[in-house]
Amino acid sequence: MRGRRTITTGTDGQGEHSPSHGPDEGELLRRLRTGDEEAFACLVDRHHAAMVRFARGYVRSPAVAEEVAQDAWLGLLRGLDRFEGRSSLRTWLFRIVANRAISAGLHERQHLPVDDSELGDDGGRFSQDGWWATPPVHWADEAVDRMVAPELAARVRQLVEDLPPAQRQVVTLRDVEGLPTADVCIILDISEGNQRVLLHRARARIRRHLEQEAVW
Amino acid sequence: MVTTRDAKPDAHDITCRQAVGLMTDYLDGALGPDDLALVEAHLGECEGCAEHLRQIRITVAVTGRIREDDLDARARADLIDLYRRWRRDRDL
Repeated sequence: MRGRRTITTGTDGQGEHSPSHGPDEGELLRRLRTGDEEAFACLVDRHHAAMVRFARGYVRSPAVAEEVAQDAWLGLLRGLDRFEGRSSLRTWLFRIVANRAISAGLHERQHLPVDDSELGDDGGRFSQDGWWATPPVHWADEAVDRMVAPELAARVRQLVEDLPPAQRQVVTLRDVEGLPTADVCIILDISEGNQRVLLHRARARIRRHLEQEAVW
Repeated sequence: MVTTRDAKPDAHDITCRQAVGLMTDYLDGALGPDDLALVEAHLGECEGCAEHLRQIRITVAVTGRIREDDLDARARADLIDLYRRWRRDRDL
């Protein structure tokens, strides 16, 4: 079309939770460029909520997070001609959100940086030489049946919100949105190793709270 | 406890603390073959670590269920407006 290069969109990673029904990304982007409002609405329905959720990992205020996500859509539209589809559209959108959210966060000066080196871990659970001092109490099996309880989702939502920002950003992309490691590293501009350290701490912390609160 | 390196990995080649420390890499399939063998040998024998792994899997699954996708109607309308403005400006 008018000499523009065809877009090939990246394939979505396994285990992603995003809706994959409806027109594919390449198709939607093509329609977007022709000014098709319906295509834009479709993309908004697919991605906006996740973008706002992700922005909340940078800025405390829900209103500011909403602005950041809106701003990212404008960034998408203005950069449409530059999008080559090397990553998925969603990865690209999240990348824009991250950039905008960082600048917004600088102005908002919300939370003081929480020290990520803090061993949010299970350090005290092991003996000096590294074996379990108190072996884990068994609850995983019972938990399987309770996973869908709405009050549990509300509680975990709160736990994610209370994580240090970097951990929250990683766990939101990996475990809430279900993005693959490679995409998360591109979006957050961090190494795979760093990403896994943050993910490890975030999961450890959530696990510990689930256990302590005996939500099962 | 010291074991020889060339023997088949044994549950005691790594400690529970080390096994727990490697679990995210394990779940991501990011361990090299040697570490993978060590972790699997350990998990096979250590009920505490096996339970910990189950709990982490549950944690991940529960975290994957917290999404609220309801899009605020107002936010959606604002975005459609934004698109119309962009289109208008572009076509000027």
